[in-house]
Amino acid sequence: MSGQERHVVVVGAGPAGLAAARAAADAGARVTVLDAADVLGGQYWRHLPDERPAGREHLLHHKWDTYRALSDALRAHPAVTVVPTAQVWSLEQVSSPGLVSSSGRRDGVRLNVLVGEPDAAGRAARTFEPDALVLATGAHDRTLPFPGWQLPGVYSAGAAQALAKGERVAVGRRVVVAGAGPFLLPVASSLLRTGATVLGVHEASRTGSLARGWLDRPWELAGAVGKAGELAGYVGELVRHRVPWRPGEAVVAAHGDGQVEAVTVARLDARWAPVPGTERQVEADAVAVSHGFTPRLELAIAAGCALTASRFVIVDDTQATSVPGVWAAGEITGIGGADAALAEGAVAGAAAAGGDLGAGAAPRAIRSRDRARGFAARIEAAHGIRGGWVRWLRDDTVVCRCEETTYGRVREVVELTGSHETRSVKLTSRAGLGPCQARMCGRTLQDLLDDGGTGVDRRPIVVPVRLGDLAATPTSSTHTASQPQET
Amino acid sequence: MDVAADVVIVGAGVVGAACARSLALAGASVVVLDRGAAAAGTSAHGEGNLLVSDKGPGPELVLAQESLRRWTALAGELADELGPRFPSIEHDAKGGVVVVASDAGLTGLREFAAAQRAAGVEAVEVTGDRARELEPDLAPGVLGAIHYPQDAQVQPVAAAEALLASARRAGAVVRTGVEVTGPLLGADGRLTGVTTTQGDVAAGAVVVAAGPWSADVAERLGSWVPVRPRRGTVLVTTPMPQRIHHKVYDGDYFAATQSAGAELQTSAVIESTRGGTVLIGSSREQVGFDERFSAEVLAPMARRAVTVFPFLAETHVMRSYLGFRPYMPDHLPVIGADPALPGLWFATGHEGAGVGLAPATGDLVAAALLGSAPAVDPAPYAADRPTLQALRPTPDVSDVQAPRGICTSDTTESDPEGARS
Ligand SMILES: Cc1cc2nc3c(=O)[nH]c(=O)nc-3n(C[C@H](O)[C@H](O)[C@H](O)COP(=O)(O)OP(=O)(O)OC[C@H]3O[C@@H](n4cnc5c(N)ncnc54)[C@H](O)[C@@H]3O)c2cc1C
Ligand SMILES: Cc1cc2nc3c(=O)[nH]c(=O)nc-3n(C[C@H](O)[C@H](O)[C@H](O)COP(=O)(O)OP(=O)(O)OC[C@H]3O[C@@H](n4cnc5c(N)ncnc54)[C@H](O)[C@@H]3O)c2cc1C
Repeated sequence: MSGQERHVVVVGAGPAGLAAARAAADAGARVTVLDAADVLGGQYWRHLPDERPAGREHLLHHKWDTYRALSDALRAHPAVTVVPTAQVWSLEQVSSPGLVSSSGRRDGVRLNVLVGEPDAAGRAARTFEPDALVLATGAHDRTLPFPGWQLPGVYSAGAAQALAKGERVAVGRRVVVAGAGPFLLPVASSLLRTGATVLGVHEASRTGSLARGWLDRPWELAGAVGKAGELAGYVGELVRHRVPWRPGEAVVAAHGDGQVEAVTVARLDARWAPVPGTERQVEADAVAVSHGFTPRLELAIAAGCALTASRFVIVDDTQATSVPGVWAAGEITGIGGADAALAEGAVAGAAAAGGDLGAGAAPRAIRSRDRARGFAARIEAAHGIRGGWVRWLRDDTVVCRCEETTYGRVREVVELTGSHETRSVKLTSRAGLGPCQARMCGRTLQDLLDDGGTGVDRRPIVVPVRLGDLAATPTSSTHTASQPQET
Repeated sequence: MDVAADVVIVGAGVVGAACARSLALAGASVVVLDRGAAAAGTSAHGEGNLLVSDKGPGPELVLAQESLRRWTALAGELADELGPRFPSIEHDAKGGVVVVASDAGLTGLREFAAAQRAAGVEAVEVTGDRARELEPDLAPGVLGAIHYPQDAQVQPVAAAEALLASARRAGAVVRTGVEVTGPLLGADGRLTGVTTTQGDVAAGAVVVAAGPWSADVAERLGSWVPVRPRRGTVLVTTPMPQRIHHKVYDGDYFAATQSAGAELQTSAVIESTRGGTVLIGSSREQVGFDERFSAEVLAPMARRAVTVFPFLAETHVMRSYLGFRPYMPDHLPVIGADPALPGLWFATGHEGAGVGLAPATGDLVAAALLGSAPAVDPAPYAADRPTLQALRPTPDVSDVQAPRGICTSDTTESDPEGARS
């Protein structure tokens, strides 16, 4: 770009964001990487902070070398600035007078960022109005409710994984892993490596749908970049530890007095409804559950990006979103795993920097991205949530843990008001109004109400912000709010 | 599906719901139509303050006082009718406290309160110390306050749902996902119903209660009403043990708007809810139906809240949401018959007080349509009042007893962003 280099901001320093940052810098852009966490790596390469011993990371992480290479390259690159503990708390669409393109002024985005430890007072407020934005905000895992899931000892697989990888702590001694998807395997693996006994891995999908999505066995998928080997490794590990992997089963209840003491496992039919009479109790002190992933869409929605029907960010072959100047990569575009995220990130970064996608490392990245996309589609086909799960709910099952709203209450409110609209039911049942802002229960609530809208994913304020920090943000003079009178 | 009713109400927000209940209880057959879900428009994107504190003497105050009385009665009536399992409308007469930190502010507020007292509002002046007894966490700089024990609140979505459920019990039919697209006109040019995306609905009268979209609906029906959207943003904190006991707002801000010659409309109310959150509302902007988040409006709101309650600086905002108040250029709702198109009625334009004013509005509509005695004089809210008629666009637009088709095309008043589909 004629003398003036393009400024690319990447939000998220997981596999997608790191790969994007590197590709953008290699293509000649000035790059800023923002991540809320204090260490790079995202979900996949979650690890101990550098000041704590990290000699064994390679045992816990696949592709640890890839991570080291990426993060070293970024640290060494003069055009790259990495800002850890940088929480993007909102994104605004603005007309940016400073940004002049061939067509004159153009619209852009403004990122409002707070830098510092999450609960510290007086975090530094920064704003960015980049020439190009790459969103790589990832996903968090989704857990369907079941009776007893609010008991201590029930963990989301993501939380169990984070404790194992980031803190080297196993969530229990006798642990049951349940839910759906290939990510149950690495979770079981991490648990084994931190010393837990894994009593079983219960995969809700039955072999029928698994076969359609995965060929014969989940680990024998053809062609997915590196995935087959990685998953086969996990499976070998389960076999060595005599951990049974059981398709077509779910944990349908957790029991215990103030703490998980046992779980009920049941067989499921093809619709994920429990088959009566197949329930059995298993003594366990912890359960790790994951039924898939919910993309972190807040910034993409705030930017105005179009979404697919299953609510991922729509991207074209260059990972460009529907909004000019905004690219997306990684789990927010589809659940494809870390390899897909790496490949998409590399494409997005090069494109955002205005690089030539026909040259250098780009063509290879595009090919592996295309292969990885097939992988994402297979995961959805094989492990996507089926509606029958609702049958394992009881009226007293808590649906919203923040507000303690039960399934029975949601049904009652729907019946009494006659309203199926999520926003109304939230406000009359209180489900989804608590501190997690429906991250845990929003999609569950939508499933119960048969609502496919994006309302529950819309969070203009991405994470809670201290009112004092908000009060301290400067207001520009162009601000035209609060006109008291009609024109 | 073609149906017929005595009255069709366009809009299932809190105002449409109140109209439906009043009419149905009085024996009319009522159909309520909403293109979206019930109670999902402005009524789900505002707050539920029922205030007299922010209103000077005049017709809006009269309507507010009548409505306040009605809400108190409704809280009991609705609970009795709908039973204990129905979501509570959370009626709470917690009272309001308007605080000031400057002598000038105090003087202005005192005069305002005196005028309100003369109009029947309970308004008790208190010292700064007494104010801190009412609200222990108030800023030390607060010099004095007016305590308004009558100020109350409801939860607007629950309230609208309850009014609709009650109306249904009295025979009203509520149809959601049905968009009103145009008029049915009699041979004499009278409005005899509406066309919708789901068939025609014939009716003796059509009541437009479409909130900020009322101008668009009126235009579709071949008439005119100058309602405009006025955006407001609300901040919500994470839940905390209760430390704010009344609706508290800053009267210095009030003094500023007074001195600018504008009537007091902004109620920058800070209050806690039953869920433990603190609500801070709300900004006012005229930006059409622009739903894009703007961080810049949040900072001044946060500053004002922290000025009144310093402890709030340490609390966290977890959510913001915005809505579009149905704004009227002459600051009064329109309740009554359209002077141009026989058969068309309005119940709209309540701006930032539609929840508060809904019950009295519903009663006025029912009284006017059914010919019974109104509880308050309806004249100030009439659609043919001079302050509105002065704004009416050129006669060749307003005079059309429009055959359908013309009415949805461009006219001068239409806001390009006006029709959110
Ligand atoms: C329990 C679990 C186990 C998994 N196991 C495997 C596995 O074995 N193999 C595999 O291939 N994949 C696995 N995955 C999936 C893998 O984590 C993802 O495929 C990969 O991390 C996606 O990369 P990403 O870059 O899209 O997002 P992420 O790695 O999630 O990175 C997103 C980053 O964005 C940051 N961020 C988000 N929003 C903001 C914001 N507003 N401001 C600032 N920063 C923000 C986050 O802090 C995070 O660091 C697992 C995931 C989970 C949850
Ligand atoms: C931030 C904010 C704070 C507020 N705080 C308060 C407060 O504290 N106290 C108070 O009293 N008021 C408050 N208000 C104002 C109050 O919310 C409104 O005055 C009130 O909700 C208006 O109700 P309504 O029924 O007229 O409109 P709405 O609730 O908007 O209902 C109108 C309905 O019409 C429907 N509609 C539109 N077009 C069509 C069509 N063509 N066909 C069919 N249906 C259609 C819409 O879908 C909508 O559901 C606040 C507003 C905002 C934005």
